[in-house]
Amino acid sequence: MRSLWRTLDHGVLRDIALVCLADAIVGASFGAITVSGGLPPWVPIAMSVLVFAGGAQFAAAGVVLAGGSPAAAVLAGLILNARLLPYGFTVADAVGGRWWTRLPGAHLITDESVAFTLRQHERPRRRVTFWTCGLALFGCWNAAVVLGAAAGTVMRDTGAFGLDTVFPAVLLALVLPALADRGTRHAALLGAVIAVAATPFLPAGLPVLLALAGLVLAGQPAVTMADTNPALEVR
Amino acid sequence: MPLLAIAALAAGTYAFRLAGPVFRNRLRIPGRVQHLLSAATAVLLTALVATAALTQGHGFTGWARPAGVLVGGALAARRTPFPVVVVAAAATTAALRLSGIP
Repeated sequence: MRSLWRTLDHGVLRDIALVCLADAIVGASFGAITVSGGLPPWVPIAMSVLVFAGGAQFAAAGVVLAGGSPAAAVLAGLILNARLLPYGFTVADAVGGRWWTRLPGAHLITDESVAFTLRQHERPRRRVTFWTCGLALFGCWNAAVVLGAAAGTVMRDTGAFGLDTVFPAVLLALVLPALADRGTRHAALLGAVIAVAATPFLPAGLPVLLALAGLVLAGQPAVTMADTNPALEVR
Repeated sequence: MPLLAIAALAAGTYAFRLAGPVFRNRLRIPGRVQHLLSAATAVLLTALVATAALTQGHGFTGWARPAGVLVGGALAARRTPFPVVVVAAAATTAALRLSGIP
């Protein structure tokens, strides 16, 4: 095990720690916002352990908190998480080949763990990086959500701390590199305009799904997936 | 958020995650589909950013939140470390609200 740890240099470990810290802040906001918004504490905690995908959690909880239907919330979350499908193919070698590494390992596939794994090229390093990042994030994220949910039971106004800004700010930071691709950028901007314009008229959750109409501008693949995928350039 | 909805979201998400490690040797995703999937992700994320930053319920949320998101975005574009981006965005919104801007 010592030699495995030595395959990870300090730079990678420091970067993983920084991402864990940032995600902990996001997780704490998620717990606090959902609970102070009126959901029972077990809801954000169960979502965080079982779904373990920040964007989808915020999106689904946001739909429900805004009065949308649970079906729209699930649909929004699932479409958002469809990106995990290509991720799984990308890091399959790092997850491992046995069923007892695949089953728990698959759950650790996130934007962050995939981004870190892709920076490593030899298989042993990819494995250690994937599992270190995945497990560290799983621990930090869920601990932070529990703490945030506890804080949310006593916090009256999460808005005074600007916690409602954390989620869109993090998403923007995540998606920025993907917008370097012209077709993707045009599609995304059109989608955003559609979603905002539709918000006053449609039930919560639907405007974001309607944004997919922007894909008509996405064009042909001009660059490889590694260049267009938001996660692969995280931070 | 009923338990059934959480379970459905969790099961679907886990299926997306598990497919790669299980089927890697048996099927490949065509490049066109991969491109569309990553473009769809970027479109959804951007729409989420826009609606989460600008709207509350069915109306405008006020200036404090979009201003904080813009500050975070500007820092992120300069490759500022993630924790700084998050704290600066929230602090901007909190400061604006403290000074009376909703």
